Order: sequence, then structure tokens, then C-alpha cells
Amino acid sequence: MLDILIVGAGGAGLTAALEAHRAGAKVAILSKSYPTRSQTAMAQGGINAVLTPSDSIEHHIADTLQSAHDLASIEAITQLCQGAPKAINWLGSLGMPFSRDTQEGVAQRRLGGASAPRACYAQDYTGLKLIHTLYDQVIEAGIPLYHEHFLLNCIVEENHILGITALDIRTSTVKAIAAKSVILATGGYSKLYGDFSTNAQGATGDGIAAALRAGARISDIEFVQFHPTALASSSILISESARGAGGLLIDGEGKRFVDELAPRDVVARAIYEAIERTGRAYLDIRHLGEAYIEEHLPQERKLAQLYEGVDCVHALIPIKPAAHYTMGGIEVDAQGMSAVRGLFAVGECANAHIHGANRLGGNSLLELVVFGRDTARHALTFAQKSTPPNANDTQFQKDSAFIHACFHRFTNQIDFYEKQTFLSKIAYRNAGLFRNEMHLKGVLGVVRQIQKELPFMGVKDKLSTYNTNLVEFLEFGNIIELAEVLLVGAINRIESRGAHYRSDYPQSHPHFAHPTISWKEQGVLCNAFE
Amino acid sequence: MPSNETLTLTVQRFHPQRQPNTLSMSYTVPKTKTLLQALTHIKRTQDPTLTFNAGCNASVCGSCAVRVNGREVLACAYTPQEGDLIEPLRYATVLKDLVVDASHTTTLNARAHNASHGHKEEMQSIDAAHAITRQSDCILCSACYSACPVLAVNSDFLGPFALTRSWRYIADSREADTSSIMQSIQTNGIWDCTLCGECTTVCPQHIDPKNDIMMLQGKAGILGYTNPKFGGGMSFDGGFGTPDFGVPSF
Ligand SMILES: Cc1cc2nc3c(=O)[nH]c(=O)nc-3n(C[C@H](O)[C@H](O)[C@H](O)COP(=O)(O)OP(=O)(O)OC[C@H]3O[C@@H](n4cnc5c(N)ncnc54)[C@H](O)[C@@H]3O)c2cc1C
Ligand code: SF4
Ligand code: SF4
Ligand code: FES
Repeated sequence: MLDILIVGAGGAGLTAALEAHRAGAKVAILSKSYPTRSQTAMAQGGINAVLTPSDSIEHHIADTLQSAHDLASIEAITQLCQGAPKAINWLGSLGMPFSRDTQEGVAQRRLGGASAPRACYAQDYTGLKLIHTLYDQVIEAGIPLYHEHFLLNCIVEENHILGITALDIRTSTVKAIAAKSVILATGGYSKLYGDFSTNAQGATGDGIAAALRAGARISDIEFVQFHPTALASSSILISESARGAGGLLIDGEGKRFVDELAPRDVVARAIYEAIERTGRAYLDIRHLGEAYIEEHLPQERKLAQLYEGVDCVHALIPIKPAAHYTMGGIEVDAQGMSAVRGLFAVGECANAHIHGANRLGGNSLLELVVFGRDTARHALTFAQKSTPPNANDTQFQKDSAFIHACFHRFTNQIDFYEKQTFLSKIAYRNAGLFRNEMHLKGVLGVVRQIQKELPFMGVKDKLSTYNTNLVEFLEFGNIIELAEVLLVGAINRIESRGAHYRSDYPQSHPHFAHPTISWKEQGVLCNAFE
Repeated sequence: MPSNETLTLTVQRFHPQRQPNTLSMSYTVPKTKTLLQALTHIKRTQDPTLTFNAGCNASVCGSCAVRVNGREVLACAYTPQEGDLIEPLRYATVLKDLVVDASHTTTLNARAHNASHGHKEEMQSIDAAHAITRQSDCILCSACYSACPVLAVNSDFLGPFALTRSWRYIADSREADTSSIMQSIQTNGIWDCTLCGECTTVCPQHIDPKNDIMMLQGKAGILGYTNPKFGGGMSFDGGFGTPDFGVPSF
């Protein structure tokens, strides 16, 4: 039997797999796509670490804490920041092709909210090069991989993990995979906001929803970071470096309206308001000149040309804020373990209380590497010591029946793609950058209605081979499950803090300087501040 | 019906569970910026059975490569034109419609042992880093592999992306020992490439696998490997042309 099954093959999953393998664990990796197709490949800006005497770990800790708005754990942040230099060395030792400075060291740049140039990068391809470097090592180590397997549920007896069930996407068959411990590394849920998100298509919170169903606690789901500058018609990210280099923000009447270098959440809300007020918002980098843009922002120029049909050397780039990073996730302890024994979580799907109410750019890639390795070791220790209860095939039977029902019993009278598009629109407008009780309750009503309607949806593609219609329906189910948690959290948190902004309660309140914890009892969602 | 606002695309479809299992189907869609947007539109509003892969929408995840009118493109970076014919990539098993079995990206890199095998040093100059920057931009989209004519006659050929990745590690100034990589690319590897440059033409990341393969041949010659096809010894400047980049220091 496997010591550790890792679900998810982004930066977090692959790091954990390599460390588990090194420590002698019997480990396998399962993902719904291929590892190098994970969202981690999209990260551009960099990965934070203090590497030079001109910066200090205390400053890294302080910056992270400040951005978290009293919603993070100082112990966890300290562990993260102290582990950072070692993490960069470790990546270097695996061959990570970092950009270099004149001293032949790893080049670093300054990202928003950082008091020093602290983000190690590899051109605009930090995440891409990270995931390929890790994956090359995973291949060379011969770690077994299940490609194109979709996590359905955790198999749990007496609150103890026994493995998972997964859908083999190529055949639509359900499999049960046993393991002494499971690490979820399935990423975030920004795709709840559909086309109003910068994320990859699979960012649908599958692992978080599965953990919730398995009896784990999840937390801070209402905290979603919106990136200020996504392209207006496609939500493709235009990196912060455009503003860092002197790019200006202009409203529909041609006027500036905000300090371009203010914190992300402040700039994002200002852009949203400018669009409400004047119909449009733009990023203006024309004054930087063609030579500069070609040298430093070629990617931005290419994307604006392709998706907006504008050449930013001569024209304004139409932008809007878009959901970018989800701070909430599976509540884990200092070992990375959830409330279910032996079920661990790491990366964007976990809430290790690093980012609190607002993530600092460059800290999430760091979290993947530092906590990915730590979590693997704790999971192995657990696997070696635990005595699991006896397994049975109840979950497998249930999930097989469910997949069968998706094909043959669900009535298909309601088109889930339409519902998904509708949900993403109202979530963006009412449970996005600006929230208030009435609007949040309205969206919650819609979500609960959609939950009831799921049996009237289902798949139109009735054949079992590589059925992405089915996969997207399952993803939608997870989104709907998490949307309820997000809304209940946002309604109950009657204050504003970091990325969560309530126009009816614009101030922070010390009473709420605690995580929102959510769990299910007999299928009913429960919620508390702890 | 084509108009100023719409265009018609034809998709080569495949389904192992249907008879006949291949079929060309045409769809009329609103004009979109990218082919991926058009395919998504079809799936969501016209035909939920149409199957393709996508992830990032931003040309970095390598999921969405297809062939349009016989040429490899990323669906998320290609603007569709009236009458386009969309087909799956070649030299990989088609699973359904535009989706192919992409596990060869893993198995070929495994065969070439394309990974770091330990460092002699951690520091690297800006110039030395530049020597592997382009090669490490690869997104494993497999466009080059589908375009490579050698695969039509020799399915065991390692192909362009794996060889580019071999060069990425061999040319890395930090690497202590790349002999296992060099050893594994001798058979069905660097000497089987005809240097036709098709891979270079289609690569969305502007990588030049052809040149990387020439560099590998040069390096192999220096290390005493010979081109088996020529029987005798073959040195670097023996007739394959000179690579267009400077030879980095080894
Ligand atoms: C455009 C963009 C730019 C960014 N830039 C930066 C940056 O510069 N610096 C930084 O620190 N952070 C950045 N981030 C954030 C960072 O990239 C992510 O937080 C991080 O990569 C998440 O990694 P992960 O390993 O947790 O998950 P992911 O990389 O999202 O991987 C999730 C994995 O889980 C698998 N999976 C999901 N669901 C299932 C299922 N049901 N069954 C099986 N497998 C499943 C997926 O296939 C995938 O392999 C950026 C994010 C975006 C979108
Ligand atoms: S140059 Fe070589 S690898 Fe590239 S397409 Fe031609 S034969 Fe294939
Ligand atoms: S070399 Fe280019 S075409 Fe080939 S897989 Fe890599 S990115 Fe794609
Ligand atoms: S969708 Fe990622 S490369 Fe096209």
C-alpha cells in the first residue's frame, strides 16, 4: 500500500512528492491533467526569499503579517520566511534556471507590498520553469503518476483517511486508491468567478470541496484576492511590473483616479469603482516608449494585441480587476494535517494561515516549496505510525453510483454551463470586490437554488471516453458547494478586512480578527469564528 | 452561414465508441480572438460532446496545441479564420476529437534522463544563464513533435522537445555530470534528425530545437561519439552546417 498519495501535481504536489520519495516513502501522484499543465506554470512574478544582507527575514515576516491584516499565524509565517533561503537553494540544486544578477547569484526584484527586492525570478516564467524543473526530477526519480484522474472523494472511516476515489477521465470509470496518508495539493477556487478570473480552467476547488465532504474543516473561504489589472475582455493577467515601471491607471474620462502602487486590494477596488462610474478603465504605458516596452514588457504587449486588439505602445489597454488567488482553504495544523487524521493539505488548497486576509505576491510559490517539503515529512511519519481502521467499499460504491446517475438519471433539463456563467457574473458583481448583506444574501439564494437543481442538470455527452462534459459538471458541483461556504462566510463577517470589503461595514472589527471555520454536520454547513 | 460577425470552422472528430469513428463537422461561431474561445463557445452552446484540452488560456501550460490547416498552433494564441480545418496533433494516439494521449511528453524525457544530475556549483553568470533561457521556456505542447517528419518514419525517434531539453541540461554551466543524458540520446536521437527545421517553425515559444540538436551533435563529436549513419568518425564541423548561436563554454 502507498505510504502517501499526493493529489494534485502543481508546485505543491511535486515538491511534496520529491521530498517524500527522498525520505524513502512509497508515494504516487495523481492529477486531473498532466503536471506541467497545472496553474503553477502561470506564475510570472517570482518567489520570495531573503538572500542578501541588505534585506532581512524580520522584514519579510513583517511585510507578510501586515498584508495578512491580523488573520495569520506568526508562527507559520516565521516558519515560511525562515525556510525561504533554503527553499531557493534546494530549487537551485535541482537545476531551477533562475535569472541571475551581476554577482552570479539569483536575481531578485521587488513586488508589491515588499520592503525590498525579494522575489527570485526566471524572466516572466518563474512558475513555468519551477514546475518543469520539479517535474524533470519526478520523472527521473521514477515516481508513479496517475495522469487524467479526477479526485472525487476521500475514503474516510472513523475520521481516519484510507485513500481516495477518482474518476479515470479516459474511461469514466471510478477507481479506489488506498493510501496510509493523503496530501491534497489541488489548488484554489478562483474559477468560481468563471471568466472574471485570471486562473487556469481547473481552479475549481475540487480538493477543498472533497475535504469538506470528508469531514475536514475549511477556513477563510470568503477571502479572495482580485488582481487589479486583467485584460477587460478575457481576464488575462497583465503583470504588476507594468505599473511598477510607471504605468498609469486612467478612467473612462481620461483621468487618473488612484495611486497606482497602493496595495492590490485598494487598487483593485478603485478600478472597479472607476468602471462603475465611467464605464471603462485603462492601463496606460504609452509614455514608457516602444524600446522599453519591447525590452521589459514584451509579454504584455503580445497579450494586449491578441486579446484586446490594441498595441500598448500607441493605445490604452482596457482592464478590469479579476479573481486571482484564494486565501481560504483546508484548515491545517502546524504539520499540515486537516481535521481528518492522515489527510494533509498544502499549497493554494490549504489554509496554513500565511496569507490571512490578503496574499503578498511571491509568497504563494514560496509556500508550495517550504510547506510542500515539510508536509511530506509529516505525512510519512503519520503513515509509519498510524493503525488505520478496516476499509470497506462504501465510498467507492456511492461514487460509482453517482457517476452512473450523472450519465443516466440526471434529467438534463437545465444547462449547467448557463448556470455557471450566470453564477460567475453575479458572484463577481455581488460577492467580489464590494459586498453587502443584501447582495450576498441574494447570491446565496441563487446558489442554494442551483444546488437543488443539480439533478435536473447532468451531462449531454453520454459516452464514456474522455468525457470533459462530465468533468466540467463535476467541477461545477464543487464550485457550487464552495460558493455556499464563501457566501455564508462573507455574510457573517460583518466587517472589512483585506480582500473582504463590506460596503455596509467598511471598518475592521477586532471581534473578527479570527479565521472563519466551516464544516459539515450530516451534510449541513456549519460556520464559526475561532 | 459566414458573415462579418461569424465564421465557419471544420473540426476533425474522432470517437472510438462511434461508427464511423471519424467525422468532419462544421460549426458556425461568432468571430473570436482565439480558436480556444471559439471551441469553448461550441462546447458550451452548440455541442457539449466536442472535446479538446485547455488550461491557462495564456500560452504557458501546453494543453491546447492542435493543427489548423495542417500546421501546429496553440488554440489559445491563434485567431481563427473562415474555413479553418482543425485537427488533433500527430504521432500520438487520439483519445477523442482534438485530445491526444500526451504521456509521451513524460516517457521521452524519461528516456533521455532529462533532469539535473547534481551540480558542481550553484553560481551562474548572466551569460551562462542566457545559454539555457530559451530552451527552458518549453511548455511541452508537443507542437514540434507533431511537425517533425522523422516521426512519420521512425516512431522511436526522441523528437525535438526532448532533445531541446537534453541540450538545456547539457549546456547548463552548473551541471556536474550530464553523461547519462548524452549517452541516452545517441540511439534514435540526435543523429536521426534531418535538420529540416520544421520544429523550429512551429514552436510557439520561439525555441529552436533544430539548432539545439546541432549543438548536441557538436558536443557529442567533441566527446568522441560518432554518427552511426556515417560509420566512421564525424566531427562537429563535418558537414551539418554551423549552429547560429555561439558555442558556449563547456
Ligand atoms: C496568472 C497567475 C500568476 C501568478 N503569479 C504568481 C507569482 O508570481 N508568485 C507567486 O508566488 N504566486 C503566483 N501566483 C499564484 C500561484 O501560482 C499559485 O498559488 C500556485 O501555483 C498554486 O500551486 P498549487 O501547487 O497549490 O496548485 P496548482 O498549481 O493550481 O495545481 C493544482 C493541481 O491539482 C490538480 N487537481 C485539481 N483538482 C483536481 C482533482 N479533482 N483531481 C485530481 N487533480 C486535481 C491539478 O491538475 C493540478 O495538478 C499566480 C497565479 C496566477 C493565476
Ligand atoms: S529539425 Fe530534426 S527534430 Fe526538428 S522537425 Fe526536422 S527532423 Fe524533426
Ligand atoms: S519545443 Fe516548442 S513546440 Fe516543442 S514542445 Fe516545447 S514549446 Fe512546444
Ligand atoms: S491553454 Fe495553456 S497553452 Fe493554450
